[in-house]
Amino acid sequence: MIKTIHLTVNGRAVELGVDQRESLTDTLRNRLGLTSVKKGCEAGECGACTVLLDGKSVNSCIYLSVWADGHSILTVEGLTKENGELHPIQQAFVEEAAIQCGFCTPGLVMTGVEIANSGKTYTREELRELISGHLCRCTGYENILNALERVVGRKENGTL
Amino acid sequence: MGIGKEVKKIDAVQKVNGTAKFVEDMLPQGALHAKILHSTIANGLVKSIDCTEAWKVPGVQAIITCFDVPQTEYATAGHPLSLDPNHEDVKDRLILSRRVRFYGDEIAAVAATDPLSARKAVERIRVQYEEYAPLLTPEAAIGAQPLNPAYPTNELARLDFSIEGSEVTWGKASFATGARIAGRQDLVADHFYVPAVHGAHIETNGCFAYMDGPKMVVVTSNQVPFTARRNIANALEMPLGQVRVIKPYMGGGFGNKQDTLYEPIAALLCKKLGGKCVSLIMTREETFVCSRTRHAMDIFTSLEVDGEGRMKKRAIRINANGGAYAAHGHAITAYAVTNYFQTYAAEDVQIGESSTAYTNLPSAAALRGYGIPQLAFAMESQMDDLAVKLGMDPIALRRLNMMQNGFLDPFDHFVVKSCGLGDCVDKGEAAVNWSAKRAEYDAFNKTSKKIKKGLGMAIFSYKTGVYPLQIENAACRIILNEDGTAQIQVGATDLGQGSDTVFTQIASEILTIPEERLFLLSFQDTDHTPYDAGAYASRQTYVSGGAVKKAALLMKEKLLERAASIHGRQAGELTLRDGWIVEEKSGEPLASIAGVAAYMQYCNDHVLHTEHLTAEATYTCMSNTFAFGACFADVEVDVPLGKVKINRIVNVHDSGTILNPQLARAQVHGGIAMGVGYALGEQLLYDPNTGRMRNDNLLDYKIPTSMDVPPMETHFVETYEPTGPFGNKALGEPPLIPQAPAIRNAVLHATGVSIRSLPMSPQNLVAAFIEAGLINEDE
Amino acid sequence: MYDIKETYRAHSIEEALALLEGHPGAVLVNGGTDVMIRMKEGKLTDAVLISIMDVPEIIGISLRENGDIAIGAGTCFQDIYHNEVIRGAVPALAHAANQVGSPQIRHVATIGGNLCNGAVSADSVPILLAMNAELELAGAQGTRRVALTQFHTGPGKTVLQKGRELLTTIVIPKEEYAGRYGSYIKFGQRNAMEIATLGAAVCLKLQANKTRLEDIRIAFSVAGPTPLRCAKTEAALKGMALTGDMVKALRQGVIQEVQPRDSWRASKQLRLQLVKELGERALRQAAEEAGGTIHD
Repeated sequence: MIKTIHLTVNGRAVELGVDQRESLTDTLRNRLGLTSVKKGCEAGECGACTVLLDGKSVNSCIYLSVWADGHSILTVEGLTKENGELHPIQQAFVEEAAIQCGFCTPGLVMTGVEIANSGKTYTREELRELISGHLCRCTGYENILNALERVVGRKENGTL
Repeated sequence: MGIGKEVKKIDAVQKVNGTAKFVEDMLPQGALHAKILHSTIANGLVKSIDCTEAWKVPGVQAIITCFDVPQTEYATAGHPLSLDPNHEDVKDRLILSRRVRFYGDEIAAVAATDPLSARKAVERIRVQYEEYAPLLTPEAAIGAQPLNPAYPTNELARLDFSIEGSEVTWGKASFATGARIAGRQDLVADHFYVPAVHGAHIETNGCFAYMDGPKMVVVTSNQVPFTARRNIANALEMPLGQVRVIKPYMGGGFGNKQDTLYEPIAALLCKKLGGKCVSLIMTREETFVCSRTRHAMDIFTSLEVDGEGRMKKRAIRINANGGAYAAHGHAITAYAVTNYFQTYAAEDVQIGESSTAYTNLPSAAALRGYGIPQLAFAMESQMDDLAVKLGMDPIALRRLNMMQNGFLDPFDHFVVKSCGLGDCVDKGEAAVNWSAKRAEYDAFNKTSKKIKKGLGMAIFSYKTGVYPLQIENAACRIILNEDGTAQIQVGATDLGQGSDTVFTQIASEILTIPEERLFLLSFQDTDHTPYDAGAYASRQTYVSGGAVKKAALLMKEKLLERAASIHGRQAGELTLRDGWIVEEKSGEPLASIAGVAAYMQYCNDHVLHTEHLTAEATYTCMSNTFAFGACFADVEVDVPLGKVKINRIVNVHDSGTILNPQLARAQVHGGIAMGVGYALGEQLLYDPNTGRMRNDNLLDYKIPTSMDVPPMETHFVETYEPTGPFGNKALGEPPLIPQAPAIRNAVLHATGVSIRSLPMSPQNLVAAFIEAGLINEDE
Repeated sequence: MYDIKETYRAHSIEEALALLEGHPGAVLVNGGTDVMIRMKEGKLTDAVLISIMDVPEIIGISLRENGDIAIGAGTCFQDIYHNEVIRGAVPALAHAANQVGSPQIRHVATIGGNLCNGAVSADSVPILLAMNAELELAGAQGTRRVALTQFHTGPGKTVLQKGRELLTTIVIPKEEYAGRYGSYIKFGQRNAMEIATLGAAVCLKLQANKTRLEDIRIAFSVAGPTPLRCAKTEAALKGMALTGDMVKALRQGVIQEVQPRDSWRASKQLRLQLVKELGERALRQAAEEAGGTIHD
């Protein structure tokens, strides 16, 4: 059955008719063309579909679109400014070669944005835990951690 | 910029802002969705299929079953065509299988308006089977009822030989599992076992097919589009030119996307539906079960040294579990068995035996390392066990015996012209402070019971490309634009490793056009891009890079010649510098590349005929070379929990000249993580009664998370390989080879327990420690 | 696309109970991280889902007047992990909350869902069991209170009357946390994204001079058909001095009380080894939290 939902997607109010059986991943990809939201497992195990729901990272593949009614969604498409300037997290991923195949990248960037939005700094070990809901098979996470450290890093002794 | 520089990946921005399109992102509106009916038995025959109920599901558009498919068997492996019929890939696959060979075999397919309807229809198909007992191991399968009538013993192939000096004598042994290799009393082997594992790239395998007039267009996440085109054309009994394969951005492949999988099914459904677009995106579960795995292998090794530790006798037997379909046949096992005599050689006796069996498990094929991770685990574990027995330092034992520059490969008959293996060992040894650290841990382990510390290492050698076993060729086309920018087209595929970036650097190096003015087409399209065998065998910069170099040199030559004619000079006096044609000696600028390009394309006179400057070249690589490396692992073993914590891991590689250090390091990081997974946790688990895969998901199949990988150190020993386009050699696959044995040897150092099978999971380690008396409740 | 027949959203406990009554076979769902997987696996088909994520009464953590801690069943793990009341009074529960799934899962998965699934591996259960937590179940006839120790009846089974009841609150009575110290150790092959191979929790109270156990509770997950307590070992350890003998008594006792099985995820041999070893480690950790020193 089609239900009408209202949500804010990448800063814009959207009214949508969605099939109530749809995952948020499907709605974002198929109805709104936001194909940065990737499907790697559709079971909440790989993190490729991660978007921010009211600022918090969630696996959109195991979240129904009808549940998102009234909420705010941010995807990677919502980060790039009109002049093409990248978000500092995105820029750090580019600089640190934190991208290989790029399939896990949008989801990891969103978690990175969530981390950056906290306004806090983190040690490498803390960052490891914060991104542990994303599987990446190409990078060994090493350069992803380097990229995040560039933006929100803190050494064990408290210095940046 | 050019080679040797840390040029940013040319596709980094589109991948970080979400605009890079992968297969499923390109699916047109209104495409149909197909789902597969998988067999629920591992071995048997489909007697009948009833689709009556399935057709009643609203939205169903087409159903095909194993009774409806063309009866031409085709190969799935992603190899170039072999003109030698003896080296052709085995053709043993139909689009859908009546003769079921593994649990999950494809026996019917449904296309519907949405995935859920397709799935519901599939669930309503009724199948009657004639069921046979599943044959899950080589021991069970060989000599049992044949899975493929063309191979009556279920032994797909063997490779048996002995080597004297550098002469190989081919023989023919028979399948054996005993400890004595070649039945000889003096060759008593230790037994190692490595399980099947999976590539687990984050983008699942997937494709869609539609017809454009008479043309069948297949968009697929495939590493070898030209071979995929051949396999699809064979399967559908279509002429090659009528099939067009497009490869968009690819979410990892690691060899698993080298085989043709569901492309023929999607194409056949599409054809049945008059050309409507049909998508077939594998679920994660299907990717685990129905794509390809790394071979499980039983490896028996025997090694005898003299009083000083020099190798005298060296023998190996590998029994590989090939699974349901031949895929790469015996190639992977052959790679493994021969490498045993390449990394080290013995003076007196060298005997190799190997077998690949058809079984009722998912098909094994290419996966990063192509047989060498399995071999390295056995070979390098054996080295440390022997070092313990001899009371020798494991590094010293290796130094005495490992491959040196000038080695003549007995199998492929090439001479090693660059070998940094010794330097890799030296560099790693210094980085981890080997002797002092080993002594420190020995002292620590004397008093610490629950926590044990160890330092281990392992080495490897790995060939670059597949010459002379197969043709190694690649083509590149460079198209110069009137403003001095250029398009580069290659058939080689970037699956994330960064080859597109390195190709751009190579062109930039020669043409002196900066990378940001060169535009490489990342989507391979068999109708547009020139031929390339594709991404495998770590051949991209060595072979395809050679094609880019050759095309760029051709373009350079054309530019100099055209500039010379326009300006009345001799081409031999000229060269390229910073985007200009200059007089070589004086550096005097003659014309910009843009100027020459524009003039040649648009001049309107009677002297020069206009010319759109393009350069296309096919490079045939008639050489091979070894890349080398070593891994050093510093571990802490929590004995009662069977848990290994890697404190530090150091990889040192000789991959020749490094063309992009930042991307090279990144490639090593990924390899380390994959190697750590192979060492400590990954294995595909099957129900021993039914052959059904148990852990076909990313929760139960344990690829490392960010909290499971150690801090990584990467070093390079830059040798110059004269056969490489710029002195470079393989780097794609080598990084994951040495971790498992290095970690295993560190566990040996820490605990004294000789682990002989992977993975070193808590499950297996606790069992081993209990057996060794390290865990003992009565103490 | 999930195999769903209908979805509803309740905004109060009453509405949720009424929807349940009106739709036999309907399933309550909050974060959905387990229910969605069941649909994906085909274990739940043609589902009628009643979402209770908008029921404010069951969300949040409070300290009741009598000092009991009340955790709304609809509170997500991330909020439990960061909650000051929990971190202050039962830090082991905060730690356990942070062991569930992944960060993304913890943002939506709720403690109530974790309990009501009846999973033998639920990360929130061992420490709550060891703390004698109680559950408030709302039904048409009012609310009943059940001890968590009585809640699980079998794999995936609980005393909750599905279709008629709703878990609203998890209560940790004041006397069960004041002066007590706990620990939870999850064991998985990986260090993240894991389902527990085994979980061990200990909650203990030391005598005033901190050299003897006054009281101890020991709980395990994945060590039997339900999460379980080791009552005999607890009784045997009570009053013991903090010595190696106490540790040994725990190791020897607990393996008598658990019934782990062989499964493809882990062997009985491994689980028995983990029961002993994690039991000991959880004990040591809790004793240290309590300010005690174990003299081996």
